[in-house]
Amino acid sequence: MRTLRPRTYVGWVIVPALSILLALLVASILIIASGLAGEEKKIDLLLPLVAYRSLLVGSFGNLKGIANMIVAATPLMLTGLAVGVGLKAGLFNIGATGQVLSGGFTAALVGVLVADAPPTVAIPLAMLGGVLAGALAGFIPGFLKAFTGAHEVVTTIMLNAIIQLTVSGLVNDVFRAPGFSFARTAPVGHATLTGLGNTTLHIGVLFAVLCIPLSYWLLWRTTTGFEIRAVGANPTAALYAGMKPRRMMILTMSLCGAFAGLGGAIEILRLGYYPAVFGTSIGFDGITVALLGQSNPIGILFSALLLGAMRAGAPLMQIQARVPVEIIDVIQGVILIFLAAEVVVRRVFRLKGAQGAGELQTITRTYGEKVAG
Amino acid sequence: MSVAQSPPPRLQMRGMTKRYPGVIANNRIDLDVKTGEIHALLGENGAGKTTLMNVLFGLARPDEGEILIDGQPVQIADPADAISRGIGMVHQHFMLIPVLTVAENILLGAETMANPIFLDRREARRRILDLGKRFGFEIDPDAKVETLSVGWQQRVEILKALYREARILVLDEPTAVLTPQETVEIFAVLRRLAAEGQSIIFISHKLYEVLEIADRITVIRRGEVVGTRKPSETNEDDLAALMVGREVQLAVDRGVSHPGEPVLSIENLTVRSDRAQEVVRNVSFDVRAGEILGIAGVAGNGQDELVEAITGLRRSSAGTISLGGEDIASWDVRGRREHGLGYVPGDRQKYGLVLGFPISDNLVLTGYYNRPFARGMQRVDAAIEKWAQEKIKEFDIRTPSSTVPAGTLSGGNQQKVIVAREFSRDLKVLVLDQPTRGLDVGSIEFIHNQAVRKRDAGTGILLVSAELDEILELSDRIAVMYRGEIVALMPGRPTANKEEIGLLMATGGRAPAAVSATDDSSSQTGATQDTSVTGGTS
Repeated sequence: MRTLRPRTYVGWVIVPALSILLALLVASILIIASGLAGEEKKIDLLLPLVAYRSLLVGSFGNLKGIANMIVAATPLMLTGLAVGVGLKAGLFNIGATGQVLSGGFTAALVGVLVADAPPTVAIPLAMLGGVLAGALAGFIPGFLKAFTGAHEVVTTIMLNAIIQLTVSGLVNDVFRAPGFSFARTAPVGHATLTGLGNTTLHIGVLFAVLCIPLSYWLLWRTTTGFEIRAVGANPTAALYAGMKPRRMMILTMSLCGAFAGLGGAIEILRLGYYPAVFGTSIGFDGITVALLGQSNPIGILFSALLLGAMRAGAPLMQIQARVPVEIIDVIQGVILIFLAAEVVVRRVFRLKGAQGAGELQTITRTYGEKVAG
Repeated sequence: MSVAQSPPPRLQMRGMTKRYPGVIANNRIDLDVKTGEIHALLGENGAGKTTLMNVLFGLARPDEGEILIDGQPVQIADPADAISRGIGMVHQHFMLIPVLTVAENILLGAETMANPIFLDRREARRRILDLGKRFGFEIDPDAKVETLSVGWQQRVEILKALYREARILVLDEPTAVLTPQETVEIFAVLRRLAAEGQSIIFISHKLYEVLEIADRITVIRRGEVVGTRKPSETNEDDLAALMVGREVQLAVDRGVSHPGEPVLSIENLTVRSDRAQEVVRNVSFDVRAGEILGIAGVAGNGQDELVEAITGLRRSSAGTISLGGEDIASWDVRGRREHGLGYVPGDRQKYGLVLGFPISDNLVLTGYYNRPFARGMQRVDAAIEKWAQEKIKEFDIRTPSSTVPAGTLSGGNQQKVIVAREFSRDLKVLVLDQPTRGLDVGSIEFIHNQAVRKRDAGTGILLVSAELDEILELSDRIAVMYRGEIVALMPGRPTANKEEIGLLMATGGRAPAAVSATDDSSSQTGATQDTSVTGGTS
């Protein structure tokens, strides 16, 4: 962006920051309550501090922790972009989950095919397969929205289920590799993302991190990004200006799908195969990441790192404070609630300012509007 | 009996001052409104009228000054306070719920209860009917608001205030949304209200209106009262000069036009509405280079669809649209623009601007992909910024900087952004749709002068306006549109006759009896939607 005006900058950061604070407070209550359910059955008011401290130590305490945090944050950056870039175009992409699955599955298939090629060939090819499959999974709701007015929230939710069941059906049947105790594909061989040195860091991190400046450049520095943002902010004015709102919707949804598909590919290639039951929350976590990052690529980078840190630090929290790792999901969910209810946060802290950014309007807007052009 | 002493004014505002960071919105404003008086508050957009009324209604806290009602000083902390002291506000945009009935809308927030649980609908109905009878506009309390015409919805808003026992009514630009006929009707209502002892503050920037309706006129400029006049002591020129702070030329000197070849030729054009009805039927006309062709007509007679078909926002179903000799009827919006078509849309917030984008981005909203604003697919921010600075200066856009969102500008300045963008290109044809709707005198003068300059530079201008005065003011030729057809095409002033055009707009030049035959459905109560004008075209 041309200018990072201090005032708007504060406006961006303050609501997310307060949402995190409120979520940590709410989670504190649950953590204290979890102490009651534990072996010692007592109320320890300091338990939240112990838990949050171990969360910090687990993620930032040493190089290994930091590496784990970055690795956990990597797919979240991509699904965050998959949701955030869509919001900039006025589209609420709930379909990151489906796009992740189709991307991961296709990456595995390609990976199996090129398993014997050198990693420098195999890894990019498998990732490319994931990107294209994710883009296709995004293209479909984009196309339906543009030409029939079908709301993307509905179609992407439907598509999530369709993709999930189709893929696991295929892995259970057609692509099931023999000789394993559970349904999974054959290994992807040289396409596997192995840890560098004795950390979990892998080359996929680089690809994901590069997507941050890339989407920033696209949104704010290119004419296409200008069109995406104009369509998102005022589709009728975009039409008036000679832009093609329908085309932009399809393009943006495909792009979102591509980001999510890459995220899925990275997760699967890290694992080395596609399991029939691939339960991942990175698709939905992308919504939290995008809203926490205010749909801004740089914001998304930081919010993905924050959520990654929580994931990476959670095991140590469970060991040291005996607080279940599921508390992370609670914190994340509460953050999302406060972000979506920005008005509430502004009221609680008596903040002035425009109620509801453009992105939030996308989420709360009436469904079923058909856009011409 | 004691000596007759004149009662204190119903409302007095003394030395009202309201500062916002960087601006003094109200600077020691004095205003008094007598019982039974219609007091007009006149000023340009951004002069401080709205701030003053927000202070009165408890929406803003004054920094200094006091408010007296019937001579008693009062503190107004919030709108509930204001209502309880008898102040009623009718906003420009109605605060009504369309699917609820008149009675339900009126009751909302001032529920008359039969018991702690249930509403006393009967009592509420009775009071609404009584009020209507007393003030001369009877309305069916059970009618759904969505079935009412805009004029009657406004009366519901007034009733809402009266139901809450308002004695001081504030009307914020009440005529902005009304047709001329509805304006006449609402003026009758206001006079009756005043005769019954209501004090009315009438906010407007339309000079002839305040001269017609007000007992006194207070003019505000840049947050200060610059004069109070009685209509009998003043005239439009005097008021305009007070408002703007300099002599204003209300009549545009459009000089003589030198029309050339036709640049826009419409032949047998037919356009369908969203509901697939033919709302433009077999229309043909030319716009020649260097002339302004005005299309007069009551809103809803197919003008919107005609403009959309010409600019490419809507497909035409038959006929040709020739721009500079080429049929562009099947071209897309961008193709038409690049071929020399400019367009100032009627709804500037829906079509003309992206309100959340900075002014600079809005100034390149249609040209962002061309040099120098883009190189390949990369934006060139420096060029955009330079252009923005130039246009802000050239078109006198009042803004602290080019980076503020367009939505923060006043209506006049928003329109200047659009005008700056559209006028700053070489154009064969420029379509101006309601170019000055809702704007103040200074902005109207500016935009009219720009239009004449553009004409003199050889652009053919198609002007569509619901304001007949504007059409007469600017047009070299005038076409009258009625029910989707051009029913008359005539030279503009000085030969054009306002009454004649008005009649053509209302009847299409046919025998009036033929028109009223279709009016039966809408004339029973006057409260149902007025379909007589738009019935055949919507």
